[in-house]
Amino acid sequence: MTSIRLQMTAPLHYVLRIADTCLIHAQRLAEWCGHGPVIEEDIALTNMALDLLGQARALLTRAALIEGEGLDEDRLAFLRDEDQFFNLTLVEQPLRKPSAHAAGGDFADTVLRNFLLATWLKALWQRLATSSDAELAAIAGKAVKEARYHQQHAADWVVRLGDGTPESAQRMRAALARAWPYTNEMFVRDSVDAEAEAAGLGPARDALHDVWRAEVAEVLAAATLALPAETPFIATGTIGRHSEHLGFVLAEMQVLQRTHPGGRW
Amino acid sequence: MSDRANDSQSEVGNEWPLWEVFVRPKAGLEHKHSGSLHAADAAMAIQLARDVYTRRQEGSSVWVVRSADITASDPRDKAAYFDPMEDKVYRHPTFYELPDAVNHM
Repeated sequence: MTSIRLQMTAPLHYVLRIADTCLIHAQRLAEWCGHGPVIEEDIALTNMALDLLGQARALLTRAALIEGEGLDEDRLAFLRDEDQFFNLTLVEQPLRKPSAHAAGGDFADTVLRNFLLATWLKALWQRLATSSDAELAAIAGKAVKEARYHQQHAADWVVRLGDGTPESAQRMRAALARAWPYTNEMFVRDSVDAEAEAAGLGPARDALHDVWRAEVAEVLAAATLALPAETPFIATGTIGRHSEHLGFVLAEMQVLQRTHPGGRW
Repeated sequence: MSDRANDSQSEVGNEWPLWEVFVRPKAGLEHKHSGSLHAADAAMAIQLARDVYTRRQEGSSVWVVRSADITASDPRDKAAYFDPMEDKVYRHPTFYELPDAVNHM
């Protein structure tokens, strides 16, 4: 099935950044389905994945209307190529290690990524609730409640594991060191952000930095984890330039629809 | 469902304690027993109860109680405890004639 190419505009780009971040993180979180440390947490993680998928669907539906060429959420999710996905590079990084030889992390990586992301999304949704786009505001009004819960649940784990046994603390420190450089991308300000801010569509990413940093610092302190040093590294997923991992995520996510276009069951 | 009160005896080694979950539906007045789960402590139990037992919009309030804190009546005493009520219908509040002024209780 041939890929689609989007006519890019700044508002479309802005919305896709959020939609794709939710979508790819949901896809990664779903890798835990059936493999959670205990069944209750397995259900919690997959619930979160479904919440994020719901947010992605609503945003992709809106994005399709903004693009105006008659696309829909399904075609946007399944027929775009890597260079037109605009998720944060953080969320395409491997999450659960499926086998000894594959790339991936541990439960510490998962709870930490959930926490860092949920804190970011919560700040974003709170600001989007007053978007000049009524549909975006409506989506944000619902999503902020989900983000608040995701953040609370993940923060609870970060504190338990950070301020836990020597092994759990060491794993949390390692997870924090791996994730931290990717968080810079959450606060870059570019022309897409500036245009969205000027149009009242939503906040520029740098506007979220202070609130995010304060909440993250508070939880890390409770978890007895030191804030990692700043690095100059800026990931580029939000401009369509991805790490080596997104291709594999998309291949798995898109293969069924591309093999059986328009398939329904 | 098996008799949960006995499970507290199987808390060995690394197993998290067992908790009983009670959920009150949105329009309801009382918490109903929904099931049980394992959690490390009360805070985690509340969160997991929300994730496991309210995902189909079952409720608006959750209680969790350690299973070990619940004392249940012994099933062997069922006859002695509960059968005698069968023929004590005079204990029901249905034999009073209420004046019209208050007759919609």
